[in-house]
Amino acid sequence: MQGYEGELWGLAWVDDILMESSLFKYIWRYTRAQQIWILTIILISMVPYFLALDLPKRIVNGPIQGQGFEGEGATQPFLQIAFDVPSWISSVGTVTLFNGFELGQLPFLFCLCATFLGFVCINGLFKFYINTYKGRLGERMLRRLRYQLLDRILRFPNSYFRRIKAPEAATMIKDEVEPLGGFIGDMLVQPVFLGGQALTAMLFIMVQDFWLGAIAGSIVLVQAFLIPRLRRRLLILGKRRQLTARALAGRVGEVVDGINNVHTNDTSNWERADLASRLGTIFAIRYELFQRKFFIKFLNNFLAQLTPFMFYLIGGYLVITGDLDIGQLVAVIAAYKDLPGPVADLIAYDQQRLDVQIKYTQVIEQFQPDNMMEPELQTPPAGPVPEIKEGFAVSRVGVVDDAGTNLLESATFKFGPNEQVAAVGTVNSGAETMADVMARITVPTSGSISLEGQSLDDHHESLTGRRTAYVGPDVYLPQTSFRDALFYGLKHQPVRERPPEEVDPKERAWEIAEAALAGNTDLDIKAEWLDFEALGTEDLKVADEVARNLLDVVELRQDVFDLGLRGQVDPEQDPELAAKFIEARKALRQRLEDPALSKLVELFEPNSYSLQASVGENLLFGTALGPTFEREKLVGNTYVREVLSKCGLDQAFFDMGHKIAETATELFKDLPPDHPFFERLSFMTSEEIPEYEAALARSASQSLTDASSADQEMFLRLPFDYVEPQHRFGLLDDDMKNKLLEARTAFREGLPETHSDAIAFYDPEVYNPAASLQDNILMGRVAYGVAEGPEKVRDVIHDVLDELELRDEVFQVGLNFNVGNGGKRLNVSQRQKLSLARALIKKPDILIVNRALTALDSRTQQRIIERVLQMASGEDGSDPFGVFWVLQAPRFAEAFKRVLVFDKGALAEDDTPANLLEQGGHYTTLVSST
Amino acid sequence: MSSLSEEVDMLRRVPLFAQIEPSKLKLLAFTSERLAFDENQDVFRQGDEGDAAYVIMQGSADVVVNTPKGETVVAVLGDNAFIGEIAILCDVPRTATIRAKSDLQTLKIKKEDFLGLVKEFPDMAVEVMRELAARLGKTTAELSQVRQQLDAKGT
Repeated sequence: MQGYEGELWGLAWVDDILMESSLFKYIWRYTRAQQIWILTIILISMVPYFLALDLPKRIVNGPIQGQGFEGEGATQPFLQIAFDVPSWISSVGTVTLFNGFELGQLPFLFCLCATFLGFVCINGLFKFYINTYKGRLGERMLRRLRYQLLDRILRFPNSYFRRIKAPEAATMIKDEVEPLGGFIGDMLVQPVFLGGQALTAMLFIMVQDFWLGAIAGSIVLVQAFLIPRLRRRLLILGKRRQLTARALAGRVGEVVDGINNVHTNDTSNWERADLASRLGTIFAIRYELFQRKFFIKFLNNFLAQLTPFMFYLIGGYLVITGDLDIGQLVAVIAAYKDLPGPVADLIAYDQQRLDVQIKYTQVIEQFQPDNMMEPELQTPPAGPVPEIKEGFAVSRVGVVDDAGTNLLESATFKFGPNEQVAAVGTVNSGAETMADVMARITVPTSGSISLEGQSLDDHHESLTGRRTAYVGPDVYLPQTSFRDALFYGLKHQPVRERPPEEVDPKERAWEIAEAALAGNTDLDIKAEWLDFEALGTEDLKVADEVARNLLDVVELRQDVFDLGLRGQVDPEQDPELAAKFIEARKALRQRLEDPALSKLVELFEPNSYSLQASVGENLLFGTALGPTFEREKLVGNTYVREVLSKCGLDQAFFDMGHKIAETATELFKDLPPDHPFFERLSFMTSEEIPEYEAALARSASQSLTDASSADQEMFLRLPFDYVEPQHRFGLLDDDMKNKLLEARTAFREGLPETHSDAIAFYDPEVYNPAASLQDNILMGRVAYGVAEGPEKVRDVIHDVLDELELRDEVFQVGLNFNVGNGGKRLNVSQRQKLSLARALIKKPDILIVNRALTALDSRTQQRIIERVLQMASGEDGSDPFGVFWVLQAPRFAEAFKRVLVFDKGALAEDDTPANLLEQGGHYTTLVSST
Repeated sequence: MSSLSEEVDMLRRVPLFAQIEPSKLKLLAFTSERLAFDENQDVFRQGDEGDAAYVIMQGSADVVVNTPKGETVVAVLGDNAFIGEIAILCDVPRTATIRAKSDLQTLKIKKEDFLGLVKEFPDMAVEVMRELAARLGKTTAELSQVRQQLDAKGT
């Protein structure tokens, strides 16, 4: 970790105080200063706002109507600053601080209007600033909250994941906390502001007339009393809405993950019913919510309207009896106009507050499990991680699962980094649990396990995560390249910053500052994370060499090579590489000149028809990029049809389609629709056979132009998929081939600009970015009907790659292969091998393997075990390491020096395999029974 | 140019298929695969599991049997010969190696395709049965002839 010392980790990692249960407190804790600041700004912004309100009146009354400009050449002071001193302070009368500028009527109008414009700008800018500030405050807070939730997931105890569904957690973090962002900026401002407005209006009414004020006040009190009571039910509904929606997300996730189970059990309708009933529940909850919300709204409006009614009645009575003068009543009614607005908004605000409070509480509850890992155990260590010297000491460790089953009972043994230990037993004999306990996946319920003399639980994750490696029965691979999946276990912390030329210092500084403001980590995801020290090299080329050797250990190298041949190279990004494979193509073509090999492959040549490819492919003579020229869409493509008719091929295609349909229907009409032979018929499905029979009857003697457009399409579609050596209907004569070649040229030359990036044409001189590496080297088709043809072609390609020393390059392309969602583009055995390689690449001091190679045949398992043991013993010159291997088949234990035999949850035997065989206990039974 | 009708003609000359309707033979031909072998290339080897039978379209092939003294050619097969048919009727390992004597054109009929057809069209099954019965009759007759000859020798 040279040059990248600990001071960079000096940020406040995560404040791990239990999250506040009240949203208000939580927000207040982090945004106190900002909330007060924004409030101050808003108060300041009030000054220009109120000044601007006064201006229109002045403009109209003053310069426009001419008040004060009655005389010829009359002037008025502009910007005069004067105020009246109340008579109870002093009798000075009006104090004038600044006399202003004396202006005539028109200049006065211009100046006032300019002032008005100025205020409009100032107010707009204030609003802009305030809204941006509030928005940013909310978003930062949201980022902080989400980060804290994610951070907690990374520290949850493992057992907790049995209760929490992945999509539910995702919904909580992504959707449920989302409304908080909008609320945070308004949290303090809204109530202060609206409350202030309401109080002012209230006060004014009170001043005018106490009794009328009392009426208005009491109705507000009724609102304040009634609405929260009505709202209780709303709160419950809000909670239920959130929980049901979350559960729905969980169920959708389950259905998607288990879609194969749904199909193989024909339970789609059960799932449909379940999802529909959940949607029904959500609807019912939301409907009731709406009803109640609108009822409360109605009640609010009604009460607001009730007040003026009281004013008119009681105020009117008072006026008539002479207890109130009419001016006061009018003033009260006018002032009252300003009361319902803020009160209604306050109620709405309160509603929103409760809403987000519920959402917050509901989320937070799920993120407060007991026994969360201390954050200190995950902070990146500043110095090198010590090696494991002593190893594990397991003392009377027992594990009982949730259901009360004893998985492991009182296991006691020691195991160091210089030992290779096999753990055997029947399934669920306790060996698997023991491995999980050592890997910190399962926490023992009794006894103690220590590593290096210190309780395993108290160890920093850097020790267990780097110096030990675990390979379990379930492999999970995120969707990355094969290389990233392989090196995943080496990305513990950044070891080197990005090279300066790749960093925009401003942008990076912004990232760091923002991360700090939201309490996020500022570790740079784009820095160099590969643990070169563990890898033993800083040279990425050498790293690939290390990877290659490890892939040999797990027998995955050939697979990666094959993935490379199936992979793609972008000639724009990597022109040199593409050029190398063009060389390979040329070398292959030379070899194929040998008559013994030439019949194996039909090379794509622009000027000759390729019998081994379909008619459609011969026409396009390229690979479709995107959907425009996809195989199924060719017949519907107007440009393709245009080319066909221009080259006089449309009638020929129609006739050919007829013949294909005749032969196909004749061949298949007697077969039941589910017969496997239909798979061989690429032209049509079994359901379409009767349709084609009917269409044939309809258009038996018709020409293309007489057929309906639907029939046209039915028949024109068929020839595109026709491959003569495969289907052997005998439909391609030389005339047809020549016409197709003409059409090929016409297609290419007339290709409209809009389609220019929809196809990559075959060209013997050019790398085709849409085709696989192998297809690019071949630039042709393996011929049908040659015994062992594909195998021979593969051998020739391999020879060529060897000769040009391109194997490494292919391997590189293979390492870039995207392993797919959950690694599903690899097969199970490839995934298992990869996860073992991924563990070995860490150069651990202790390797724990837990029934991790189940998908491999037993010979392969044995070979891999032997190779790993060879590595572990240091025979090949590498650093020796300890192995604890829970074996799939007990007989593999012979290769180990020490065997732990587990039986019914207990450690039954512990000795060398030879001694155990002599003793004739459980081990002997296990070995002889397999 | 090879085509289905050519292959149907060829199939019809195979006794086992002689009585089967041409349209069914065409389907059999369609589901089969044209496969070419080089001179000296093995079509299949003695002891392999049998998954397909072959009809020779063109060329000739040696039937080679492993003996303790090494490989011996026991027969030469030419056009229309049907090879490995027992394997598509029942599970037995190949009893001999077939080696192309010249460039060899064959039609490969996969076991499951053949059985799929027979299952679908009982008439076809009857024809196959009749042909097999005829063979059995012939074999039985030959056997009894040999027995008689043996008996005659023994006495």
